Amino acid sequence: MAFRHHLTTRRAALIGAGSLFAWSQMPRLARAEGRDPRMLVIVLRGALDGLGAVAPIGDPDWIGLRGDRALTLDGKPPALPLDGFFALNPAMPNLHRLYKAQHATIVHATATPYRERSHFDGQDVLESGLARPGGADTGWLNRALAELASDGRVDPRGSRVLGVGSVTPLVVRGRAPVLSWVPQKLLPANEDTQARLLDLYKHTDPRLAVALEARMRLASLGGTLTSDAAMPDNAPLSAPGMAGVRAYFAEAAGTAARFLAKPDGPRVGAIGFIGWDTHINEGAASGQLANLLGALDGALAAIETNMGDAWRETVVAVVTEFGRTARINGTNGTDHGTGTVALLAGGALRGGRVIADWPGLKQAQLYEERDLKPTTDLRAVLKGLLRDHLRVDERALANSVFPDSIGIAPMAGLVG
Amino acid sequence: MSRSAKAEAALALHRFGLGPRPGSIAAIEADPRGALIAELDRPAISEITAVDLPSSAKAFRTVTDAYARRQAKAITAKKEQDAKRRQMADASAMSERPAQGMGEMAEKIAAEAIPDPGRPIYLEEARRRVAAALGVEIGFVERLVWFWSNHFCVSADKIRSMSGAYEREAIRAHVLGRFSDLLLAAEGHPAMLFYLDQTISMGANSIAGINRTRGLNENLAREILELHTLGVRTGYSQEDVVGFANILTGWTLVPPGDNPEHGGEFTFNPRLHEPGPQRVLGKSYDDETVEQGRAVLRDLAVNPATATHIATKLARHFVADAPPPALVARMAKAFLDSGGDLKQVAKVMVSSDEAWAQPPAKLKRPGEWVIGMVRATGLTQADPARYTDGQVLLGEPLWRPPSPKGFPDDEASWIDGVGRRLDVANNFAERIAGRTDPQDVIETVLASQVSPEVIQAVSRAESRQQALVLLFMSAEFQRR
Repeated sequence: MAFRHHLTTRRAALIGAGSLFAWSQMPRLARAEGRDPRMLVIVLRGALDGLGAVAPIGDPDWIGLRGDRALTLDGKPPALPLDGFFALNPAMPNLHRLYKAQHATIVHATATPYRERSHFDGQDVLESGLARPGGADTGWLNRALAELASDGRVDPRGSRVLGVGSVTPLVVRGRAPVLSWVPQKLLPANEDTQARLLDLYKHTDPRLAVALEARMRLASLGGTLTSDAAMPDNAPLSAPGMAGVRAYFAEAAGTAARFLAKPDGPRVGAIGFIGWDTHINEGAASGQLANLLGALDGALAAIETNMGDAWRETVVAVVTEFGRTARINGTNGTDHGTGTVALLAGGALRGGRVIADWPGLKQAQLYEERDLKPTTDLRAVLKGLLRDHLRVDERALANSVFPDSIGIAPMAGLVG
Repeated sequence: MSRSAKAEAALALHRFGLGPRPGSIAAIEADPRGALIAELDRPAISEITAVDLPSSAKAFRTVTDAYARRQAKAITAKKEQDAKRRQMADASAMSERPAQGMGEMAEKIAAEAIPDPGRPIYLEEARRRVAAALGVEIGFVERLVWFWSNHFCVSADKIRSMSGAYEREAIRAHVLGRFSDLLLAAEGHPAMLFYLDQTISMGANSIAGINRTRGLNENLAREILELHTLGVRTGYSQEDVVGFANILTGWTLVPPGDNPEHGGEFTFNPRLHEPGPQRVLGKSYDDETVEQGRAVLRDLAVNPATATHIATKLARHFVADAPPPALVARMAKAFLDSGGDLKQVAKVMVSSDEAWAQPPAKLKRPGEWVIGMVRATGLTQADPARYTDGQVLLGEPLWRPPSPKGFPDDEASWIDGVGRRLDVANNFAERIAGRTDPQDVIETVLASQVSPEVIQAVSRAESRQQALVLLFMSAEFQRR
């Protein structure tokens, strides 16, 4: 598998650097009920422009706000109608098809509890599940798994989170051990060397031992380490550009889906895609953002395809740290904002809906007179999915998974 | 402290330098702290003599020129193809086929005719940087260069031609000088202006802003406050970001196509600049020239929040993920008392007992670990393509950080990459096993400063290669 795309644009390489999967075996309880749910989280780093992805074409102030960069049903190309009020960016025909088949749900005007505009703090809040930034060292996905494991509801042989990527993102860090996998082309060290090194670590450095053991465990799971050749001396840094980004998204997401689909494979995973920080020349129905959304759309299609029959028991949640300014900035892009969208896809959803308590787009209706006002707490959406799909205990959700969120009720009726 | 002189010297080399070379421990064991300070005082220690390397502006012009010539070539090639197709169509009386694909083919022809000069420039800069890291006795100053380069990072993914020259011009020249000079050099460098979208930002009421549809971009102003100086959540507001962004309008570069001598250099363009006084952090800045922005940067450079932010990051990078508060406080005080004298701050760090009392628990970043491995074998040159490819695999591609925040500096971000390190070590050991004796590395390079378990594992290994892998992967090599 050739993951070693060398991408020249900053955006493209960020996508590569941010890719990761995380997963665990499925909860025993769910399996006892005859269910075998899968959940994949896709984190869009850089802050997705929710209004550029899903446009409120029925809002009387929409055209005035974005002018010739407003998605419309008679645009070039035309936006894809959803429910009469909202329309989808035309770069996402697969998501549109899934929506029509009731396999996709869109939540609009949503945000985490974070109200400042730092990417890095915003991602901390998004991934940690805490109400405010700072001091977080574990992620909500890992804590959700730990909750299931502590109830004895997870297959102990599989109660691990698996990270793919050289840098482990916060969302999967925590008590449940992290398995790490990075696609590669280097000839790996042989099993004997690995065993000896593990023995050395066990006597000298337990943390390194855990990390190495995780990698060896993964190799035994899926044979991803039988790489084909040593690193070439002159691999070109030059880039396949957007085609490479599309290929990378599809390959990363498709690989995650193949693992999740296996009968004895993991059941929960996460992937991060970076590059959504569209300060300059964002575009609308075409251009930079549309290209990225198209790549994301391809990733969703790859997941659906590779899941096979398991698609009907799958939920994919696409989330981002915050939105962008409602208006276009001085350089044909958008600056850091607040409210945005969450995209949900999967056969387990009760889909075909846009869920939004629409705040309006008039000056006074915008958050701080500049951003889409968030009216739905993203934690409600995630808690709803974790409760009704993975069957994580509601009390644990309010206390340890999303601490201090007792007042944020899980959103009901998303699945089933 | 009960550490032996050799152990103290090894710690100095791993924690503050780039790892021991043959003979390094013996050379500094009499006074490891003094040796670190002596390196700071060596003249021109941070510089790379670079008479033959292009300046950032020259490199930028070279690449831009090549792209322009490539575009011209593509247009010519397309015309030729169109003519040929018309001829064929006329000859066979076929209906004209759609021209689809012809544009791509013409671009391909042009790309082959005029190779991208950006990659050789990038690799030559990388080669010199690696050689500097391998050639120096301790490497404390190189580590400071790496630290500041990451703190004020730009990305080669956005501006590859300038990425190496930026480090030489803006970072290396100032890492042992005043923070305000470093800050002004970094923020005013064309590579930074380009990376953080400043070059096209214009004030709404500037001459250009009134005449054109473009306007303000907040990116650089925000990241200076959040990442480069005060630090996030230190009290600045959205209004401060906008005020500062207005002040920075006009900070741009000379268009490379327009000026064969100065294209790509910094310039202040008053036509882009927002007129009038602006407020940042409660202070009004009235000067309407480039000095307005410089005045803000000078004020930020001596702000106590900046001192704490910088001291914390330095201590976290060199000493521990959770650095001792007393050490951070001492370094922050030295920063403020000295007016941001970075050499003084570095001296205070290595003179503080807290910086040495911590056990060697900090996980090295991939670049440090790789260079440490190569230094231990006594090599003084490395193939830059191999090195940069390795850094890609290890998740720390050279001058290509994942975001303006730079690469992370904590164990949790990197420890799951230990499997990839194993593969890189395996690959490296395979190539050097013929001429590097692992026992020799333990005795002469590491002065036997490794645990009995490592010595035993190395002695029992089935091959030299395996022994070297175990040694390079040992905690003694991974942690500092």
